Amino acid sequence: MIYLDQAATSYPKPPEVGKAMCLALQTAGNSGRGGHLLSLEASRLVFEVRWELARFFGAEDASCLAFTANATESLNLALLGVLRPGDHVITTELEHNSVLRPLYSLEKRGVEVTILKADRLGVVDFSNLGSHLRLNTRALVVNHASNVTGNVVDLGFVGEFCQDHDLILIVDAAQTAGWYPYDLQHSPIDILAFTGHKGLWGPQGVGGIYVKPDRVGVRPLKTGGSGVQTFSKTHPSEMPEALEAGTLNLPGIAGLGAGLRYIQNLGLSQIRKNEAELITYFYQGVRGIPGIEVYGDFSCLNRCPIVSLNIEDMDSSLVSRLLAEEYGIFTRSGGHCAPLMHAALGTKERGAVRFSLSHMNTKEELDVALQALAELAAGQGREYHG
Amino acid sequence: MAKTRVVVTFRTTTEAMAWERTCKTEGLPGRLIPMPVEISAECGLAWIVSKEEKEPLLMRARQLDLSYADVIELKKETR
Repeated sequence: MIYLDQAATSYPKPPEVGKAMCLALQTAGNSGRGGHLLSLEASRLVFEVRWELARFFGAEDASCLAFTANATESLNLALLGVLRPGDHVITTELEHNSVLRPLYSLEKRGVEVTILKADRLGVVDFSNLGSHLRLNTRALVVNHASNVTGNVVDLGFVGEFCQDHDLILIVDAAQTAGWYPYDLQHSPIDILAFTGHKGLWGPQGVGGIYVKPDRVGVRPLKTGGSGVQTFSKTHPSEMPEALEAGTLNLPGIAGLGAGLRYIQNLGLSQIRKNEAELITYFYQGVRGIPGIEVYGDFSCLNRCPIVSLNIEDMDSSLVSRLLAEEYGIFTRSGGHCAPLMHAALGTKERGAVRFSLSHMNTKEELDVALQALAELAAGQGREYHG
Repeated sequence: MAKTRVVVTFRTTTEAMAWERTCKTEGLPGRLIPMPVEISAECGLAWIVSKEEKEPLLMRARQLDLSYADVIELKKETR
């Protein structure tokens, strides 16, 4: 089996991730729910991972980071918890449905939404951002890297624009957390939404949200048990508990901590170097196969390790199925929950086959994938399966 | 023998954990206990020290910019 669906979730997880999760189940109680040994151990575990994440992301302190279930929950929090009727928000066609759907919902409640166009390469031109500014523009939400093309948005210009116009900058880091070296306390990013199970190498079901202190308030989407201020009728307003009602996913957080330590031991720069080599190798190999169309802007090397493609007029789901069934190569076909991006790329009707890599992959695996693509592009298998 | 104690209270569990982590690193006295009902029947944690340890602890906490909610002397004797 060759796993090339790392943008969906990273695989295989380092063994220490599973061990940390099992240990948490066996040795910890409920975080923030008492003063006995097992509860304290759980609280300490949660705090250590929070603190390590804060250091990793360059956040001001641990209280800036709240745990969530995933990037989708974090983005829902950021959008539904910040924007109010009458506000205007700017976003892009690069976005995942985890941004678009909350925004469509907010639009029905009186939030004005502007969506910046992407070109045929899936690139957004931010140079005319000023022309979209309104008196009520409150925030800009942007995908740091496309989950379809792997292209990275330059947050330098966007961040400066947001600072100059006092806009809240919300960044979807689903593909970039654990890949991009964030330094949040010195960055214009006000809210960062991330998941734990991709580049951070943790398990599914745990993610987080960074909220810049003293800059923006996020209204919670859920309230309830908090472990403090029991007799108050309102949920605590202090971060991070303000955004963490209910029992936390302790095994998930323990696994996320182990994943984080794993990538820190490897080093982000080494991971990026390794992945850049692999994706360049794969992209060059793909370009040499007649009949394959690749999507995205490959003139820039600063990109996440993703190559999305189609073979002539073949259905992307058929290609992905043949790769899995005939060659044992796992990819993802379809629209990747990014409908506007696929419309911009001209692949709304057929989707694309996404190959997403990580440092866990090898050139030997990519050679097998390239050979499989060459065979499929040459027409082998299509008559039988067509 | 039981004696007079002082507790430091916190607004959140995260604040309590940050306090404990720094105190352990700095070798400062005290330990976490459930919030004494004498102060509040609410959930939460408190850091308990002897009365004699209070001032040096708070002085160091201020130097380290450690945040907390309140400092309360327990009227009832406790262990």
